[in-house]
Amino acid sequence: MSTVKTEREPMFSAKTKKLLIGPLSKDNPITVQVLGICSALAVTVKLEPAFVMSISVIAVTAISNLLISLLRNTIPPRIRIIVQLVVIAALVILVDQILKAYVYDVSKQLSVFVGLIITNCIIMGRLEAFAMANKPWPSFVDGIGNGLGYGIILIVVAFFRELLGSGTIWGFHVMPKAFYELGYVNNGLMILPPMALIVVGIIIWVQRSKNPDLQEEN
Amino acid sequence: MENLLNIFVKSIFIDNMIFAYFLGMCSYLAVSKTVKTSVGLGIAVVFVLGITVPVDYLINNYLLRKGALSWLGADFATLDLSFLSFIMFIAVIASMVQLVEMVIEKFSPTLYASLGIFLPLIAVNCAILGGSLFMQERDYASVAEATSFGLGSGLGWFLAIVAIAAIREKIKYSNVPKPLRGLGITFIITGLMGIAFMSFMGIKL
Repeated sequence: MSTVKTEREPMFSAKTKKLLIGPLSKDNPITVQVLGICSALAVTVKLEPAFVMSISVIAVTAISNLLISLLRNTIPPRIRIIVQLVVIAALVILVDQILKAYVYDVSKQLSVFVGLIITNCIIMGRLEAFAMANKPWPSFVDGIGNGLGYGIILIVVAFFRELLGSGTIWGFHVMPKAFYELGYVNNGLMILPPMALIVVGIIIWVQRSKNPDLQEEN
Repeated sequence: MENLLNIFVKSIFIDNMIFAYFLGMCSYLAVSKTVKTSVGLGIAVVFVLGITVPVDYLINNYLLRKGALSWLGADFATLDLSFLSFIMFIAVIASMVQLVEMVIEKFSPTLYASLGIFLPLIAVNCAILGGSLFMQERDYASVAEATSFGLGSGLGWFLAIVAIAAIREKIKYSNVPKPLRGLGITFIITGLMGIAFMSFMGIKL
């Protein structure tokens, strides 16, 4: 009566779950790992482009993690950066073409920032740190998790910037008319680029005061 | 000539890579702890941007964009290869970085010793690829214009990283709220510097 132990991990073991959930809070790529800030801030004036950007980044991180993890034993270490860049660039070209085909307006708003997904440090960072040393399935989940962690910050920043900057959410006006009659004015400063940095700074502040172990010495 | 100067100054102050477009933020935040290392990285960025932007300009104008291949013959005049630009640009940047590294190693070992570790990092610096993509989007008229744009944006980036490094060196001695220390305060300072840089907006030379 010997039961055959299955070696295979279940699809969503505790470990893979952690890979998915971790980046959303304690291991967030933007606020904790400090990766991928370059493109994160310029696309957050409005919610819609921020959303499209997050979806694109999630797709690219997940798929490139999967592909590199499948190839990891055949890539010579000396030229791995070039191989990774080629895989990422090919995926980004696909994303760019799809965006141009289906959501042309948003693709115009994102302009060069779709191309800049190639040099988004989240993707290179995860490929180096995770996909080169792990099996395909966990790498895929890790890619999705980190993409989501990036997306969440993007959407939070975009939400506040759009709400306070133009009084709309996803293009719909939500600030009540009565406010304007009382003298409320949209804060034009929120639309300008520097405020994105300050909003992210505030998010970091809130997050770190809740998790004291993330605080830095200096 | 005036035009070149205009593009140069504009890309340093008004369209500053960091304060207006947030490009190259990753290395900007990671390497700005001391002034000395940030000067090294800044020089390397100026160098690489000054080379890759004109090279990518030539590639874009003579290989990729619509009708660029007409010098091959009438059959090629309608080809539009611009969808390949991402992969071409990143390949040019990666190989240029490698080449620059070899040339510097050969001719100036002292410069190499100070830049050495930063050069490979630069291949994935968003500011470099961003420079090429902006060049493509803005459609500069000549190689000279593209070069002055590249050098100018590099210099703007250099200015920004040296300034923030100097501020971070000083801020070590101030009493910043604990959760804001390190990353948080750097973000907020960068934001404030960005607001200051906005005062250059609208300057025409």
